[in-house]
Parts: sequence; C-alpha cells; structure tokens
Amino acid sequence: MARFVVRRLIQMVLVLFAVSVITFLIFNVIPNSDPAVRMAGRQPTETQIEAIRREWGFDENIVVQYYTTMKKVFTGDLQSYVTQLPVDDEIKKGLPRTFALAIGAALLWMFVAICFGLYSAVKAGKFADRFLTILALIGISMPVFWIGALMNYYLGFKWGLFPNGGYVEFTEDPVDWFYHLILPWTALAILFIGFYSRVLRSNVLDTINEDYVRTARAKGLSERQIMIRHVLRNSMIPIITLWGLDFGFVLGGGAILTETVFDLQGVGQYAADSIAQLDVPPVLAVTMFTAFFIVLLNAIVDVIYAYLDPRIRLQ
Amino acid sequence: MATEPATTDQAFRGPAAFEEEARREGVHGVGPWKLGFRRLRRNKVALFFGFVFILLVAVCVAAPLWADRVAHTGPDENHLTDTIVVDGEEKNVVALDGVPIGPTWQGEFFLGADKNGRDVMVRLLYGGRNSLLIGVTAAFMTTVLSIILGLLAGFFRGRTDTAIRSLLDVMWSFPVVILGVALGVALALGGLQLGPIVISGDSLLIPIFVIGLVYVPYLARPLRGQVLSLREKEFVEAARAQGAGPLRLMFGELLPNLASTILVFFTLLIANAILLEAALSFLGAGVRPPNPSWGTMIDEGVERIATAPHLTIVPGLMLVLTVLSLNVFGDGVRDALDPRAKVRLEA
Repeated sequence: MARFVVRRLIQMVLVLFAVSVITFLIFNVIPNSDPAVRMAGRQPTETQIEAIRREWGFDENIVVQYYTTMKKVFTGDLQSYVTQLPVDDEIKKGLPRTFALAIGAALLWMFVAICFGLYSAVKAGKFADRFLTILALIGISMPVFWIGALMNYYLGFKWGLFPNGGYVEFTEDPVDWFYHLILPWTALAILFIGFYSRVLRSNVLDTINEDYVRTARAKGLSERQIMIRHVLRNSMIPIITLWGLDFGFVLGGGAILTETVFDLQGVGQYAADSIAQLDVPPVLAVTMFTAFFIVLLNAIVDVIYAYLDPRIRLQ
Repeated sequence: MATEPATTDQAFRGPAAFEEEARREGVHGVGPWKLGFRRLRRNKVALFFGFVFILLVAVCVAAPLWADRVAHTGPDENHLTDTIVVDGEEKNVVALDGVPIGPTWQGEFFLGADKNGRDVMVRLLYGGRNSLLIGVTAAFMTTVLSIILGLLAGFFRGRTDTAIRSLLDVMWSFPVVILGVALGVALALGGLQLGPIVISGDSLLIPIFVIGLVYVPYLARPLRGQVLSLREKEFVEAARAQGAGPLRLMFGELLPNLASTILVFFTLLIANAILLEAALSFLGAGVRPPNPSWGTMIDEGVERIATAPHLTIVPGLMLVLTVLSLNVFGDGVRDALDPRAKVRLEA
C-alpha cells in the first residue's frame, strides 16, 4: 500500500509539472504576439511594456521565462495588470465562496442523482423511468449559464422568491447565506444530476443480474435490503470516481459559469472577469490552481480506491 | 459425389461458398451494422429527434432565404431608429429608453429585436450556422485526432503509448471549460500562426481548433483501450501473417472495428462542442461579436435579461433543442450499435 501511495505521489508531481509547462506554453508561447504587450492590457505605455518585459524575463530564453513565471506563481508574486491587485489575495478572497458553492452542490447532486438513478432502475421501462430519463437528457443539454440566468431572473428578480444573485458571508447570517446559495447550488447540480442518474441507472441494471443478488433474494432478504445493501453499494463505485473528479473541478473554481451568472465573486468569477479584460496573470493562476485541484483529487480517489480494492495496487 | 464432406468443399472455394449455400437455403446473414440499423429503426423517439436535428440544420442553412425574402435585413444590420407597424400600430424597433421590441410574430422582427435593433430571428439563424459549423467541424477534428492518437498508442504500445497516454492524462487534468478558455484567450489575442498560414484572432477557426482539441482525451482514451485488445485478435494476426504493414493493419484492419464507437461518440461530440462553444462565447473566449452564434447571443441577452428576456430565452431554447436532439439520437445510436458502451463527456 505504501509503495502504491509513493508511486502515485510521484506520478502526481510529474503531471503537475506537465500541467505547469502546458499552462506556461498556452499563455507565453502559443500566442502570435509579444507577451509583454499583451500582459500590459489595453492601451499600455512604452515604459510599462519595457518594465513587464524585464520583470518576466521575456528577453531571456524560454527556460528562464518558465522559471520566472513559475516562481511568480508559487511565491504569490503575481499581480493583475488591470486592477493592480495581487492575484493570490483575490484567490484567497474568493475561496470560501467557491468552496461553499462546490460542497453544497456536490452533496445535492449526489443525493438527488442516487434517488433518481435508483428509482429509474427499479422502474425500468415504466413511465417513471422514461420520464426521469427525459428529464436527465434535458438536464445535460442545457447550458448552465442559461438555466442559471433564467432561474435568477424569474425566481429571483421577477417573482422575488429568492435573492437576485450575490453572496452573504456564513459568519454574518447563516440563514441568509443558505438562502442565497439555493439557486446556484440547484443550477450547478442539474447538469451533474443528469449525468450521474443515467450512469447509476445503467450500473444498477447491470448489478441486478449478478449472482449475489439472486442469492440475497433466495435467502429471503426484503427487496429494500437487497436494493440498498447489495445492489446500490456495488453500483456506487464508478459514481464515486466521477464524483471525486467533478468535485475537484468545482472546488478549484471550475464552476466559472455558475459563479458568474449568480455573481458569487468566487475564484471562477475572478477568472471570468479577468478573461473579459484579457488580464493574463489571474487567468494563468486560476488555470493552474484548478488543474492542481483536479490532479490532487484524482490522486486521492486513486489511493482510496486502492485501499478499497487490493487488485488495483498490483497493477 | 454427394458423400464428399461440405467443409472440404468450402475450404477450397473460400467464404463465398457459405454465402452461396445460405442463398440456396433461403437464410440471410445479418451483420452487426444491419442489426444495429434495425434496432435504431425500432426506436421511434431517437429517429424523431434525429429528424428534428436535420430539420434544424436545414432551417439554419436556409438563413439567407429568410433574411432576404421575409425579414428584408441582414444579421448585422442595425435598425436603431426605425419603426415597424405591428397590428396597425406604429412602434419603435428600439424604444427611447433602449428597450428593444419583443416578438412581433410577423415577417420582420419575427422574434423581436436586440439592443442594436438587429432582427433576432435573422441573427438566430445565422448564429445557428456558426454554432452548428463549429460543432460539426470541431467534432470532426476531435475524431480524426483521436483516431490517430488512439491507433498509434494502442498499436505500437511501449514508448509511443507512454508518451501519448501521458499527454492525454495531462490534457485530461484541465477541465474542458478552463482549457478551452485559456486556449481561446491565448489564441484570440494574436491569432495563430501555423507556418505560412496565419489565422486571425476573430476567425471562427480559433474556437473550432480549441474545441476540437480539448475533447481529444475523451475519445482517444477509449479508442486506445479498444485497439489494445483488438490487436491481439486472430484477424490481426492473420493479416500480419499475410505480410500487412503497420499502416494497413491500423487503418485496414483495426479502424473498421472501431467504427461503431466512433459513430456513437461523434453525435455526442457535436452536442458537447455546441455546448462548449456557447460557454466559451459567454465568457468572451469563443466567437467574437458582432459575428453571431447562439453563445454570443445568450451572452448579449443575459446582460439585458431584466428588460428584454426574449434575447436570452430564444437562442437558449434553440440551443437546448439542438443539443437535446443530438443527445437523444446519439443515445439511440449507442443502444443500437454498442449497448455496453459507457459514453461520458462533460460540458
């Protein structure tokens, strides 16, 4: 087990390194123009450009450039060229909001998807199953920012049932915090509920035909016990993997669209705002930040897996 | 002589003998493709949505017809100061307080106007052309790249496989939206220079390239897995024994066996590419305004949702209908051809 963890950790560090190289290439090498001019934002002066060029080492060779950029990222020395604010402060400010959105939505989509998927599988072929399947397909076909904007407009603005976007600190007023997050949680969860309930449904249908389910039925267990203890538990494994990855994604600010539509001011929205202003340093930082979260959660999921299933360790 | 065993007879005459015998006895062989097609034909819901998609494509392709004959305006023509007669009443296309007119349900401004007084219906159709073009071309690009990478990795194994797999793993570590946005921003800034070809930053080729690239791991990884198991099969060994080189083995023997997976993925890839285009355009890293696409239209609409909700609802519904029809049809194709396949793409 220890060997597996060490190997997985080494692999993780390698992937992180590759991620940082690719991010660097995307922002500093691929674009067909002078990186210093781009970083200076719109309408820069000649001295500003010269200062940026020297600061980031754009006049040096590519390895030095990579080193300078990464040093800036990891020492928290990045600064937005539009607002002049340090990037790491802005990310730290956005983190609690992003975490609140991610954790709530992840719990919601997991719970609802299990209910829908299980019910759909039990009623396979019946009306309820078809209805839920159609709902799930509609759910994965809707852009999250579109349904989010409509929810915000109708439920929040027009009918006044919910707050019209924004975020309230948990420490300030827990009830209001919850109230403000209901719509964002729902909007973000819809897409994942669609995916997960469909995956779970097909897994449950596969598991129902296993020998141990027949044995459980033969020894006289109740249908409820069979479904929950035997079928559901065994159908959950692929879902848990997906969940780990997607959770890492939204935790790292990947829910850019949801955060923007509901004006939550989290890490994702910070990235979105910076993109709109072509402000490279924050986009660079958030891209790496999110990728790191995903790689990290990927590794954690693998280790948990190896712990649960000894066969994986030996691969 | 009738006593001669049939098997020897067939061995001499090759597989054609089986077909001849089947024809004589009135038995028709049914291949996997024909079986799949039969299953798909029974799935009326999938067929219906496949038809809806074709209809949507046809309507969008016919955009100039609507623009010239019915609406009498182009997708980028402003009508800020114009007036229009609705139900015998003269109205401003864009009211004095900047609120554009809603759906008139008549030829001109059928679905209303936007903030610049542009005809929403005309823009919707022209935007659909862009969205669909991006979706289909990007899905095609993903498929071609994935086939090449999957075949190379699975067939040659060893170092080639390690290199390709690591590359895919790293790409997989970026969420599609973030990687798409990062590439979109980087390329939109100065365009893309591929040798002598220069693509400007506001070209549609940029979002196509970005979207086509970010979905590659989602198809290349399953293809590689299939190639790994297929290459051990007897028919590959037989072809190799006949002296087939790696190219013929990969494209002549292995590729046809990947066809059903590729076909299933292709439909779902178009759906996801259209969704990603909308997301990138919404974030300002996709199609550049004033060039319309469903994504840019939703983006412009959300800004004004409080005064003119039709600007958000109309392009969104069109987008959802298109993506939904592709998803339902793709599901049907998968059930028909490859019921065990677990296809998952994230948007």
